[in-house]
Formats: sequence, structure tokens, C-alpha cells
Amino acid sequence: MKNLKMSIAAVLLLAVSFTNAQEKEKMNHDHGDMKMDHSKMTNMKSDAKAEAILSDYFNLKDALVGDDTKKAAQEGSKLVASLKAFDASSYSKENQEELADIIEDATEHAEHISESAIDHQREHFKTLSKDITDLVAITGTKSTLYEQFCPMYDKGSAWLSTSKEVKNPYYGSRMLKCGKVQKTIQ
Amino acid sequence: MRIVKIIVLVLLVAFVGIQFIPAERNQSDTEPSTDFMLVNNVPEKIQKKLQVSCYDCHSNNTQYPWYNKIQPAAWFLEDHIKEGKAELNFNEWDSLSSRRKASKLRSIIKQIESGEMPLDSYTLIHTDATFSEAEAAEMINFITQLKDSL
Repeated sequence: MKNLKMSIAAVLLLAVSFTNAQEKEKMNHDHGDMKMDHSKMTNMKSDAKAEAILSDYFNLKDALVGDDTKKAAQEGSKLVASLKAFDASSYSKENQEELADIIEDATEHAEHISESAIDHQREHFKTLSKDITDLVAITGTKSTLYEQFCPMYDKGSAWLSTSKEVKNPYYGSRMLKCGKVQKTIQ
Repeated sequence: MRIVKIIVLVLLVAFVGIQFIPAERNQSDTEPSTDFMLVNNVPEKIQKKLQVSCYDCHSNNTQYPWYNKIQPAAWFLEDHIKEGKAELNFNEWDSLSSRRKASKLRSIIKQIESGEMPLDSYTLIHTDATFSEAEAAEMINFITQLKDSL
């Protein structure tokens, strides 16, 4: 009798852990798009070149938050370089195409940022932010990112930040706190 | 006085000399199937404006002015056209991805809004290329619609 109880318990335990594992797997899959493949899974945490792009993007964002045109231009040039250095060969064919498209577009915006006045830099930063958000959706990242949104700038504009606290890169000191976190990316 | 004469002579010789250096002409007979006007439903008025104000530098076909026959004006033009086509070539519109199209349309809107385009050096002679306020509003309206429909 005791043996029977034990085996029922064991079977139950097994069943629970099995469904649990399945759910976890499903969650993993839901993370990006459904067509995630293995190369992407391994890249999820370890694409150093994507991290380099992100780091340059955040430095650029901080320069814009600080109303620093000159610094933003420098960070724009650095971003051009890190975008150029990106290597998509370990991704699936479909993702490679998407990544090439994102990189081409982002490079153009970063180039413009490296040679423009602050208003122009901010305009380009808007589309650049969209590109970088799409990039992260494919490459993943080690850190937790916050997608923030300001409804006022150019009919509503988003950007990425490593901090929950809102510091607006589109307005800088003029309206530093405008915006809210609209999504957490991890 | 002598020295002035020499300088003028040297300049004259140089000016005549550079006339023999040919400039690359931006001209093509084929109308590519990827052209902006062919793949989008563009109202006639907008088509005309794009043709007159933009296509000289942003397509594979330039309606050259008379002074293109004279150097160094021709070099100046060649340079602008090269740069213009690199940024945006309406003839190759449909070869761009949706992402790239959206970026280009955004730039078009911003540059017409700010009056950055068409360039002052262009409208100086092509006076019909300038955008009146109404024309600018119409163009921006159309481009915005196109961007939203991507």
C-alpha cells in the first residue's frame, strides 16, 4: 500500500515537472518570434557584437538626454563602426536578411547623427530607436531593457533605456521627465 | 602690371584647358520598373512637382541646363547628382525594403518641411522647383499617407 502511494506520488511529480518544463520551453519560444531556431537560442545571451551596438546606442541616447550635440555626434560615429562590425552569419537565413536591412537603415541614421545639429540628431534617433528595438528582438541581450515612450515628440516616439527611470532624449533638459515605460525587454 | 597679365593668361589657359575634360552625364533611356511613380499611385500634380523639383538629382535622368556644357559648372553638378542619387534614387524606389522606404519618406517630409530641399543652389536657377507653402503642404500630405500605408 505504501509502495503504491509512493509510486502515485512519483508519477504525479513527474507529470508536474514535465508540464512545467514544457511551459518553460513555450515561454522561451514566445520570447521573440515563433520561428526561433537554435542558432538564435545560443545567441540569445552571447552576441558580443550586438551588445557593442547597444552600448553605443545608449551612450548616444545619454548624450541627447544631456543636450550634448558634439558628444552625440561622436557616439553616432562610434555606432556606425559597431554596426559595420556586426556579424549576422550565425543567424538563420531569414534573420540574416532582416538584420542586414536593420543594419543598413541604422547605419544611415547613425551617419546623419554624426554630422548634424541636435534637432536633426533627435529626428534620426527616433527611427534609429525603432531599428535597434527590432535588432534586439532578434539578437537578444544580457541586460534588461526598458522601452520608453514620449507621446509628445513627433506624434509619439519611443526609445530604449537600461534604466526604468525616464530621461527623455528627444527633449533633454526642456522636458526631461516626459514619457513612461511601455515595455520591459529581457 | 606684367604679373597681372601673366596671372590672367594662366587662368585663361586653365579655363580653356579644363573644357576638354569631360563630365559624366546622368542620362538613361530606360524607365526602370522600380520607379517611384510606377509602383505608387501618385496624383498627376505631385508627379509633376517631383519631376521638376527632385528628379534632376534623385533619378537616373537629369534635364541638364545650358551651363552644364561649361567647366567647372559641370563638375559641380556631377558631384551634386552623385550625392543626391546615393541618398535617394526615385528610379530604384521599389528595390528598397519597407524599413528603408519608411526612412526615406521620413527624410523627404523633414527636408521639405525645413526647406533644406530642393537645394538653394538648385532653385536659384530652377525657379520652378521651389515649393510654395501650398505645394509643400500637399507634398507632405501625400508622402505622409504613403508612409502610413507601408
